[in-house]
Amino acid sequence: MAGALFELDRVVVDGDVDAGGEPGPRILDDVTLEVPGSGITVLAGPSGAGKSTLLRLCNRLAVPTSGRVLYRGADVAGLDPLVHRRRVGMVFQRPALFTGTVRDNLLVARPDGDDARFAAVLEAVTLPSTFLDRTADDLSGGEAQRACLARTLVTDPEVLLMDEPTSSVDPTTTAVLERLARDLAGGGVPVLWVTHDLAQAGRLADHRIVLMGGRVADADQAAAYLAGESGQRP
Amino acid sequence: MVAAAGSAAGDIGWTGLAVSLVLVAVAVAVSAGQHLGLERSMLWAATRALVQLLVVGLALTVVLDPDRPLLLAWAWVAMTVMVAAATVAHRAGEVPGVFLLALAACAAAVAVTLGVLFGLRVFPLEPRAVVPMAGLTLGNTMTATVVASRRIVGELSDKRIEVEARLALGQPWRDAARPYVRSAVRTALVPQVETTKAVGLVALPGAMTGLILAGVEPLDAVKVQAAVMYVVLASVSTTVTVVALGLTRRLFTPDHRLIRLHRQAA
Repeated sequence: MAGALFELDRVVVDGDVDAGGEPGPRILDDVTLEVPGSGITVLAGPSGAGKSTLLRLCNRLAVPTSGRVLYRGADVAGLDPLVHRRRVGMVFQRPALFTGTVRDNLLVARPDGDDARFAAVLEAVTLPSTFLDRTADDLSGGEAQRACLARTLVTDPEVLLMDEPTSSVDPTTTAVLERLARDLAGGGVPVLWVTHDLAQAGRLADHRIVLMGGRVADADQAAAYLAGESGQRP
Repeated sequence: MVAAAGSAAGDIGWTGLAVSLVLVAVAVAVSAGQHLGLERSMLWAATRALVQLLVVGLALTVVLDPDRPLLLAWAWVAMTVMVAAATVAHRAGEVPGVFLLALAACAAAVAVTLGVLFGLRVFPLEPRAVVPMAGLTLGNTMTATVVASRRIVGELSDKRIEVEARLALGQPWRDAARPYVRSAVRTALVPQVETTKAVGLVALPGAMTGLILAGVEPLDAVKVQAAVMYVVLASVSTTVTVVALGLTRRLFTPDHRLIRLHRQAA
């Protein structure tokens, strides 16, 4: 228990809970699980299984309708969300750079940062320091996703949440992101990586969690899904 | 001579009003000729406008009577503020908390413009000035509230991914929303600024047209019109500011999450 990074305790999430109207369809249904405190944990499952929602719970972009989410033993609901989000960095499925240069983007994440620091973090994602002056709109999809990762890393997160970060990028960027996740996990920054790519799950996972229909799959279901035998479209 | 001509132009009489219905007939004929199917709608709009204006005119005859207390005019203003807020709430129902937002925007715009106009004695503090100036302010405030609130909801909805990326980096909601709200506010204000720039070049604005028809010297009419344009600019700016502050706060939860937004259907 002591080593758990995140623990979900009987978590239920209904859609549209923030809109104040009728709750929408149930997204997560009585989910109880632990994310280990080291290595890469792959969160796999078919589309609509609730993977992204689970990730958003972890850095409090979403809150459960009922149940608790714990981060290193502390209830996330009791933590300052702004401090927590900087500890728990997140990279989204689609790269979302802000208007301006790459430097402007890094300054949003780290207003006190300087070019030396920014160049180092760009190097980590295999982008040259000349990219600091590049306009965000001019980057390719793969470059933009790497710049997004750099923007998250510049906050020195304790944990990295990756929401299908390679679903819309080229193979080179996929390789860079996977290697970087491996390096970060090796350096003591655990990674929670969402994917529906079974091959990627096989390459990356130190630990595996499979979600299906808003619930944690049991051992047999998970094994069948990861082996591509579940009949579920990944 | 001038006064006589002015009075003739200013009072068209019931016959003149009846004759002006020829213009409605022209519009209806065009619709029928082009098979637009708008004839009933046009007739209804023309009738409704006339009835509404007559009712308001009768009410104003009482409110604007110089022998009645000024309090009556202020009561009228308070009532129109409520009606304006209700109208906005009806038109922009998809905006969360829109009635209170519109009420705050209308009240703020009226307070600022009437405060300046009567506090600095631009116009004499009497019902004949208070009521139309409040009406003018509210007319523009209603439109600006609808436009600004829809723009803000639309912009934050369109840029949801960016806003959430900012929140995920630990930015507070106010910082995360700022670039998008600023862009929405600019879009809402620019048309008013452009209108102010172009005024008089093509169309003579309403107040000036009315004053000239009523026999006022053009330069005197211009002075009033300029004051009116500034009232409009101030009320729209005040409104948009109140809407931006109030609505943005409403679109985020206290723990810095963007709520689910519903854009207007059309």
